[in-house]
Amino acid sequence: MNIVVFTKSTPDTAAKVEVDGGGKVTWGNAQLVLNPWDEYSVTESVLLKDAHKVNTTAFAIGDEIHNDALKQALAIGMDNAIRIWDAGMSGQDSLGFAKSAAAAVKKLGDVGLVIFGKEFVDVGTDAQVYQLARLLGCTAIGAVSKIVAVDFNAKTIKVERMVEEGKQTLTAPLPAVISVLKDINEPKSPSFIGIRKASKAVIPVWSSADLGLGEAASGAAAKVSTVAYRNLPVRAGQVEIIEGGSERERAEKLVNKLLEEKVI
Amino acid sequence: MDFLLTEEHLMAQKMVRDFAQKEVYPTIKEWDRKQQMNPDVLPRMGELGILGISIPTRYGGQGYDYVTLGLACEELERVDTTLRVVMSVHMGLNSLALLQWGTEAQKQKFLAPQARGEKYAGFGLTEPEVGSDVVNMRSTAKRHGDTYVLNGEKMWISLATKAHHFLVVAKTDPAAGHKGMTAFIVTNDMKGVTTGDLHGKLGVRAGSTGWIAMQDVEVPLENRLGEEGEGFYVAMSCLDNGRYTVAAGATGLIRACLEDSLKYSMSRKTFGKEIARHQLIQQKIGFMQQWYDAARLLYLKAGFMKNRGMRNTRETGMAKWYATDHSVQAALEAIQIHGAYGFSDEYDVERYLRNGKGAVIYEGTSEIHQLMQAEYALGFRQDRPLRCEMPAYDPSWQEG
Ligand SMILES: Cc1cc2nc3c(=O)[nH]c(=O)nc-3n(C[C@H](O)[C@H](O)[C@H](O)COP(=O)(O)OP(=O)(O)OC[C@H]3O[C@@H](n4cnc5c(N)ncnc54)[C@H](O)[C@@H]3O)c2cc1C
Repeated sequence: MNIVVFTKSTPDTAAKVEVDGGGKVTWGNAQLVLNPWDEYSVTESVLLKDAHKVNTTAFAIGDEIHNDALKQALAIGMDNAIRIWDAGMSGQDSLGFAKSAAAAVKKLGDVGLVIFGKEFVDVGTDAQVYQLARLLGCTAIGAVSKIVAVDFNAKTIKVERMVEEGKQTLTAPLPAVISVLKDINEPKSPSFIGIRKASKAVIPVWSSADLGLGEAASGAAAKVSTVAYRNLPVRAGQVEIIEGGSERERAEKLVNKLLEEKVI
Repeated sequence: MDFLLTEEHLMAQKMVRDFAQKEVYPTIKEWDRKQQMNPDVLPRMGELGILGISIPTRYGGQGYDYVTLGLACEELERVDTTLRVVMSVHMGLNSLALLQWGTEAQKQKFLAPQARGEKYAGFGLTEPEVGSDVVNMRSTAKRHGDTYVLNGEKMWISLATKAHHFLVVAKTDPAAGHKGMTAFIVTNDMKGVTTGDLHGKLGVRAGSTGWIAMQDVEVPLENRLGEEGEGFYVAMSCLDNGRYTVAAGATGLIRACLEDSLKYSMSRKTFGKEIARHQLIQQKIGFMQQWYDAARLLYLKAGFMKNRGMRNTRETGMAKWYATDHSVQAALEAIQIHGAYGFSDEYDVERYLRNGKGAVIYEGTSEIHQLMQAEYALGFRQDRPLRCEMPAYDPSWQEG
């Protein structure tokens, strides 16, 4: 039985991401890291592996920069890492991503569970979670905050989801595609043994030909194309210092102002 | 020398950096103000394997090379000097000395639990009346059959109240000068051992520095490290490793000063432009970059020599002297760049100065290092082979 995680290298959340003069997105010389949400999905897969003796595989779709994320996943304790890429995939939309992912899951075979982090922070989307589940013909469960129970023999999973009003508990058959939130675990650090293994690992690359995808998942086949990026408008702030003889007076003035502006 | 670094080095460095930045940095100011050590630090460093980083796996360690140890120290001190001090005493001054001089039984009994992070280790050389001039120490060890009885006091001992094992040097033959000293493994549960903390230090306030008093402490023969009379050589080889960690750490402190100054000077404006656009600020930044690059090259060179089993007393001493002196200099410049904010603990740079100042005193003061380098240059000092040399790094450290 395999558990699969899809991950990628993204700019650190602390990086200053902006659109440069040429309309391209840049993050200066900030480091690329394992997509921050995937610290949880990778950790969860390792915890499940330890508890259920299953095999874990990390996939990334993209060029060599994504080897870093895959190596980090190995260093944290996942068993295998595979990168999916060829030049034709450049410009892929989320459906193209999901098609490549579905083909990879099928090629790997015997996959019980696919775990995503909440989203990929660089593209800010989780559409691929649901698109992949649809293509695989299995259940998608988003915003999972806890895996209550999983039985890979009986092929069932019971999870808690965060919903706006509170928590929801539900069961579903396996295979399933889930996305997980921060509450799910305390992310594991890489271990020195894991780092040794990861640094020696040669990561295999599966092309669209290997996956039998043809043109279906190529950038050229993308239905959605990004037209332009724009920086957030600069917010003009105004500072007003509230004067007054006493603290009480200043506080009253402040409260009145806030009421006036309908802030409170 | 960065070109020597492998992917394994870089991944290990990142792992240590993430630990220090994510787990220690957020509360470091609080602990520094409280003058207490964050109680999570030692257990986490043990759990992550950092406390056994360059000890062979057959002795409970992680089997990484000396260069990785240096890189880890740089990352630790980039966040706070107290983290690197842990490595200097636990790993540099103690664990590596057991690896070098210990019997197989000592390695199994003391080194392995240290490398696994189950026991913490310290080093007791300095006394209330004696620091640089170690040959004049007062502590004594008198042999009665298979037992030594130790008496004396050790002062300024890092992790004094936290460590379980101490490497202590005492006089077995007070008349024999440096040949009358012997090293012992003293454990904190031995009868007659008491320890305490020192407060009111200028820096390393989020760390632990204290004293050890020994009153008629009975130490079994099997806890003697090396031969009787070899204690001076044991202590000096401990310093070859301790100083390496200090050098790498101080390099991290220079980097901290540089990185914080880059950030601040690009955001603070005076006379209509970022202060980074003023040439006198650029001069300081240029120097900091120079000091960082040179300090890094010096410690990586020492690490490279250690990996190959080459004697590196002079090179390690040079790396330690250069990096620590310049870390104090860099901290002064960083404070200057931060103006009044640099003078307050709202920013980190004042802590860099207070922390950096300790390292130009311990593990050989700057004066002692300057004298040593002059003596080497003049031919007044030569390194002689030791009965037990520091082992070269060997890939078999990763096996077993
Ligand atoms: C934070 C901290 C942690 C420490 N941790 C440890 C530890 O874990 N274990 C341990 O054993 N010790 C430790 N020490 C002690 C440290 O190693 C000593 O302080 C150091 O060796 C200097 O000794 P001293 O303080 O007695 O100074 P002294 O030796 O008394 O020197 C005083 C001054 O005289 C100068 N001087 C001395 N001799 C000469 C000379 N020949 N020529 C010119 N100038 C000279 C020195 O450079 C110095 O400026 C620590 C110290 C500090 C501050």
